[in-house]
Amino acid sequence: MTTGYSAIPRKEDARFIRGLGTYVDDISLPGMLHGAILRSPYAHAVIRSVDVAAALAHPMVEAVLTGEDLAAQGLAWMPTLSGDVQAVLATDKVRFQGQEVAFVVARDRYSARDALALIDVDYEPLPPVIDARTALAPGAPVIRDDLPGKQDNHIFDWAAGDERATAAAFDDADVTVSCDMVYPRSHPAPLETCGMVADVDAVSGKLTLWSTSQAPHAHRTMYATVTGLPEHKIRIVSPDLGGGFGNKVPIYPGYLCAVVAAMQTGRPVKWMEDRSENLMSGSFARDYHMHGEIAATRDGKILALRARVLADHGAFNATAQPTKFPAGFFHIFTGSYDLRAAHCQVTGVYTSKAPGGVAYSCSFRVTEAVYLVERLVDMLARELGADPAELRMRNLLQPEQFPYTAPTGWQYDSGDYPRALRLALEMAGYDGLRAEQAERRERGEYMGIGLSFFTEGVGAGPREHMDILGLGMADGADLRVHPTGKAVLAISVQTQGQGHETTFAQLVAHELGLSPDDVDVVHGDTDRTPFGLGTYGSRSTPVSGAAAVVAARRVRDKARLVAAAMLEVAADDLEWADGAWRVRGDPEQARTIPEIAMAAHSSLALPDGVEGHLDASVVYNPPNLTFPFGAYICVTDVDPGTGEVKVRRFIAVDDCGVRINPMIVEGQVHRGLADGIGVALMQSIVFDSIGNCLGGSFMDYLLPTAMECPSWELGATVTPSPHHPVGAKGIGESATVGSPPAVVNSVIDALAPFDVKHADMPLTPANVWRAIQGRPVRPDLAVE
Amino acid sequence: MTVNGTEYVREVEPRLLLIHFLRDELRLTGSHWGCDTSNCGVCVVWLDETPVKSCTVLAAMADGHRVMTVEGLSRGQRLDPVQQGFAACHGLQCGFCTPGMMLTARWLLNRNPHPTAAEIREAISGQVCRCTGYENIVRSVLWASEAERAQSEGAQSEGAQ
Repeated sequence: MTTGYSAIPRKEDARFIRGLGTYVDDISLPGMLHGAILRSPYAHAVIRSVDVAAALAHPMVEAVLTGEDLAAQGLAWMPTLSGDVQAVLATDKVRFQGQEVAFVVARDRYSARDALALIDVDYEPLPPVIDARTALAPGAPVIRDDLPGKQDNHIFDWAAGDERATAAAFDDADVTVSCDMVYPRSHPAPLETCGMVADVDAVSGKLTLWSTSQAPHAHRTMYATVTGLPEHKIRIVSPDLGGGFGNKVPIYPGYLCAVVAAMQTGRPVKWMEDRSENLMSGSFARDYHMHGEIAATRDGKILALRARVLADHGAFNATAQPTKFPAGFFHIFTGSYDLRAAHCQVTGVYTSKAPGGVAYSCSFRVTEAVYLVERLVDMLARELGADPAELRMRNLLQPEQFPYTAPTGWQYDSGDYPRALRLALEMAGYDGLRAEQAERRERGEYMGIGLSFFTEGVGAGPREHMDILGLGMADGADLRVHPTGKAVLAISVQTQGQGHETTFAQLVAHELGLSPDDVDVVHGDTDRTPFGLGTYGSRSTPVSGAAAVVAARRVRDKARLVAAAMLEVAADDLEWADGAWRVRGDPEQARTIPEIAMAAHSSLALPDGVEGHLDASVVYNPPNLTFPFGAYICVTDVDPGTGEVKVRRFIAVDDCGVRINPMIVEGQVHRGLADGIGVALMQSIVFDSIGNCLGGSFMDYLLPTAMECPSWELGATVTPSPHHPVGAKGIGESATVGSPPAVVNSVIDALAPFDVKHADMPLTPANVWRAIQGRPVRPDLAVE
Repeated sequence: MTVNGTEYVREVEPRLLLIHFLRDELRLTGSHWGCDTSNCGVCVVWLDETPVKSCTVLAAMADGHRVMTVEGLSRGQRLDPVQQGFAACHGLQCGFCTPGMMLTARWLLNRNPHPTAAEIREAISGQVCRCTGYENIVRSVLWASEAERAQSEGAQSEGAQ
């Protein structure tokens, strides 16, 4: 029996390898109707009129919803996760290309789409704001004139760190380096798009929503708030999800339209996005225009960091992050280094683009922060003529500095950074690579070696600091042990492929001396699981995993009292060893959890205060975030004639504390590394000057395939988190966060002979070629 | 058309895509729909002996042909070695691309029982996975190749005895 933490195969695979997963689009109910959304072709336009008469006359159409219809029910606008409002169906204006204008409900999928073409919308186009750098210019078109008194496109200013101390450190510096860099707009693009089947029970009025949701409980509360329906009459089922990566955190207008349509028609309504809708209207990610500065002494001691950021939030401020932090956790941008001071300042602006912002495995903007600091450190190395590995090693936080309070206020829980970097350098054969690079340069070949070292803060979060729309970020877990010792754990987080059914079973099994096969994990159904905020920001293991462990330990403590009654000894005379409560000094006298569970449900006389049965219900409020870290090295070969980048090797050493299922952890890292290749080299949502989204299909928004990805070389160090019950940290986003700068640093390193100091992502062949030619790269806008 | 060995006769709209026919008409929901543009490959099924992207095949074009979907991969309760390999090597996470990946892998192994990692990568290069970074898919197919080699060697040595 395997009870420990080990690489056991996943329980969920049995259905997936047979093609028997159940995704939202697999759900078909009797009498179900199909919804489709009419979207704006303009990035900014007044809606003069919407004529749906011809669509309604279509023989297969059952209903058409417009913004006016929703407005009559008070549902034309909905709150966003950032305290803004977003149009469900446009009433006054459209504010980005792809915005929702009308919703057709028909008897089949194809007819719903046919009828979209029959809707006549009279638009009066307005000039859009496409380049975020012009959003605050005097006279810029005002996107959000729906907001009372709004006369500009400003959303927020936010700052962290000590501005004066940072300025002083810069004054003391021998060397400063600065750079403007763009983290371009990207998209998580899970292979399953977003969608819902909404069904209303005619008698009870109960609403059941099968939804692509990473956060079913938070969504239920939001639906209750928006629609005024009582929360206990809403059940959200998030079945198997075909990936999420952040895309399935927000509530989208299509969901609400499906709900309204189901209530209006009295029939189940299915709405599924198509790929273009997903890419053009769903949550984008990144879009940070950053100015970074780094200060150091001549001998390579980093003193301070400074950043000014312009954050393009699109037409509605709909980023999903803890309320107090409008720029997410960007202020972790001091990274893994021992600095004197740091200061960052972020300004958010509206533009004529899709809303979103925190939506792609970014750990609430740690991605942008890590990219900034890791690019700056590499640029500093170049300026100083230092080796980038040595410069990092010199400045990394040392193990004895933990817990470490960063200049911007974070308290890093644990780390042994030099050990991780040394392991990565050793695995890579770093010195050999540098020698090979020198040799190849002699031959006119352009090989790059890029490093990054990252620290993430994940597992939001302590409820006194972190909430989303007022909902504190604690998570529940309910554990029931049946009389025969088989257990059911109900959790509040939602797998999108991370393997919760296996990992969480292992967590409980380990605590109770059971086999993971004997622990069933229930998730994704608000009627069957305790409240919690869902899976994103790598929070499942740090928060919900901790809840599961605490629940299991409570069950074990209760089991001790029952075992004491069974063995007729004092509870203090029992110790937990080898999966059973044993009498100290007489370990053969023992009771296992299945034996105890049966007794706890029997007529055995229990000690005072022990209620019987073997259950526990826990709400876990994490005392801090967990801080996983890692050292990555990327080796590339660049063809100077075509600008093509080939990633030859990728070495990734991750430290996520204790690994519960190392196989699943490695799978998570593999995924994020592929993201790094994608984001650094090809994935970018680009717009033309009138706001046409040029990344609206997989023909234009390129994803890495098996040909672009090398065979990943993984290493691990284990520095347990001191505050997580089993010492685990989050791992779901580490590689997405840490890998892009390693790829970019590698390419820039390859291009050093051309004196290229920086080029923005995506480093497509065209952009690399432009960089070699000394021409500017504008990753966010189409070249016209 | 014949799907997984069963013959189906249906009257369909000329424009109906094969993927929608399989999913909505026959309720074979193991094949997925992902992009509409033949880029992602979550809809891959076999048309006769060849993997095709069923989002760009009309159902009517499959008239008179044999279609195999993921539901046809196992023989009763016995899983195909490819299916076993994907489970053994963590070749899947969310499972959405998995049916298409496995069907292409089966096709590859039928033609090339002992492919190299590079040959496997090339075979699946028209399909996208957002979860695995491909490494474990490659390992899964290699696992299946090895399992089949061991199986056939076992059968041969049994035959020799």
